[in-house]
Amino acid sequence: MDMKVEDYFAYPDPHGRFGDYGGSYVAETLMAPLEELRAAYFALRRDPAFLAELDSDLRHYVGRPSPIYHAERLSKKIGGAQILLKREDLNHTGAHKINNTVGQALVARHMGKRRVIAETGAGQHGVATATVCARFGLECVVYMGAVDIERQKINVYRMKLLGADVVPVTSGSRTLKDALNEALRDWVTNVAGTFYIIGTVAGPHPYPQMVRDFNSVVGREARVQMQEQFGRLPDALVACVGGGSNAIGLFHAFLNDRDVAIFGAEAAGEGIATGRHAASLVAGRPGVLHGNRTYVLCDDDGQITETHSVSAGLDYPGVGPEHAFLKDTGRAQYVGVTDDEALAAFHELARTEGILAALESSHAVAHAMKLARTLPSDRLVLVNLSGRGDKDVHTIAAREGIDL
Amino acid sequence: MNRIDARFAALRAAGRTGLIPFVTAGDPSADATVAIMHALVDAGADLVELGVPFSDPMADGPVIQHANERALARGVGLARVLAYVREFRARDATTPVVLMGYLNPIEIHGSGRFADEAKDAGADGVLLVDCPIEEIQTTAPLAAAGLARVLLAAPTTAPARLAAICAAAEGFLYYVSFAGITGADRLSMDDVRARVAGIKRSAKTPVAVGFGVRDAASAAAIGTFADAVVIGSALVDRLAASKDAADACRRAGEFLAPIRAALDARAESHVA
Repeated sequence: MDMKVEDYFAYPDPHGRFGDYGGSYVAETLMAPLEELRAAYFALRRDPAFLAELDSDLRHYVGRPSPIYHAERLSKKIGGAQILLKREDLNHTGAHKINNTVGQALVARHMGKRRVIAETGAGQHGVATATVCARFGLECVVYMGAVDIERQKINVYRMKLLGADVVPVTSGSRTLKDALNEALRDWVTNVAGTFYIIGTVAGPHPYPQMVRDFNSVVGREARVQMQEQFGRLPDALVACVGGGSNAIGLFHAFLNDRDVAIFGAEAAGEGIATGRHAASLVAGRPGVLHGNRTYVLCDDDGQITETHSVSAGLDYPGVGPEHAFLKDTGRAQYVGVTDDEALAAFHELARTEGILAALESSHAVAHAMKLARTLPSDRLVLVNLSGRGDKDVHTIAAREGIDL
Repeated sequence: MNRIDARFAALRAAGRTGLIPFVTAGDPSADATVAIMHALVDAGADLVELGVPFSDPMADGPVIQHANERALARGVGLARVLAYVREFRARDATTPVVLMGYLNPIEIHGSGRFADEAKDAGADGVLLVDCPIEEIQTTAPLAAAGLARVLLAAPTTAPARLAAICAAAEGFLYYVSFAGITGADRLSMDDVRARVAGIKRSAKTPVAVGFGVRDAASAAAIGTFADAVVIGSALVDRLAASKDAADACRRAGEFLAPIRAALDARAESHVA
């Protein structure tokens, strides 16, 4: 698509479309609850009292603003551009996910919904949802693929400790996409009192916009912090992209700053050529999944294919429609980062800076390292360090043949 | 006149309620589908809805989800579904066939190419579960090829949207009798009756009612006010344990015949 975009902040349009992407591709029974949610959300997003409430929780409960940290030793070792880390890993619950769940839980409360449902893959969004439900006294039901429940026992237990009911999903591939299907079915069946907190910038309108709005605090803060700490904007942004919520959170405030290059790092798994990956933008094609038109990974019959990534949080066969739009307009570039590259970056960051990054975020660090090598030392590359890696130590140990 | 309109006109003339069974293509076996379609027609089906298997059937309950998974495991996708329709059409030139499924397989196949192939195979309409009226421009090639775009309405559909759906409906309008997934058990007959009466006043097409119709009694009750009754999950469930294609056809006939009889008994008593 060759499309001249003057103002990226003008998207989506009132139908939730980002160019060709987005929209509301859902069953008729979901149109009414979506309309109810849109009405509530579009009133609240300009409501000073709501925004003050949100800001207060982001500050005192989540721990915002998160700092920008200059990874000097890592940058020196690479010998190129300076790598800066936006430390979303320091948020309460250890990732950017809570920015969104706090926001949506507040919307749920304003709408008088007492029951919250969510889908989760690795369990991070489930934990972030269970957390805010405990905080606001809401009933919480989390759908999780049976395969993921087996892989992520600690997060399952964390959710239970927080009072959530974790429901195993045994249909399809029994992973994130099936959990999302099941959560949609729950919502269709229990529309009246239930609020569905989607964890990424996908799904039907208004979710891609609403989740972006709640996460875009990351980029808004970063834009101010860059001026304060470095006197200018960064030369490049890098973030990992599964569904794409942390990435759009960092990118959005910078979309109209045309001198800032933007890179999204998708999970290339064992390599794009092997077919065992989760790189929807790099290797997928436009289609319709989970309520929106976007790039999807599917076979020639249109069946959604199973994905692979060492990081469960990137293991999703679709991607947020705004990323599809940014790819087609050329505003952002999307690249694949393999499991091995992400693991190498994980270790490098751990040893040079004393930071255990989430495996998801390690994909972004890996691409930032590649990029920094090609740039002079006065350039600034800002990475969204979207989550901390404590949750991944078992995965990493197992991969490296270590029995904990 | 196309086959759907012709069939509903004939039903109306005869004072009968239409019976629309749904089966997932490729289930309970890849070689049984066409035979099951014929068996359903023999047992009194007026129109056959054929489900196009999809990996992520988000609006369907467990029975049809699992039927989708089994069909896909047998390699039955869109190309095979079109072949089934063509084979069915070779022996049955009059019973309308509506394909029911999700957008992605059709988009990946190419909407225009799909529309031409489906029409050529002998399909009459397409119902896309994840394509509400707001996104109907997506399916313009289907209408251009002469396929009826069957739309859904639900208990939660707001009046303004319902008016737009009634105005845009092609073939027939499919009223989802309750808010939920296919096959769940939450039918309140008085609610359904009141809503359908309202829809029939503004829809330019006949109104079929489905979701949660399980047996002759619930079908006959709906038949008192709907133009047609759709029956899906209960039938798919009945077919799932079939030993072979012949057994599946026998089960299909045994399942549908009493429903047909119940609908017709009501029609006759009404005429009398």
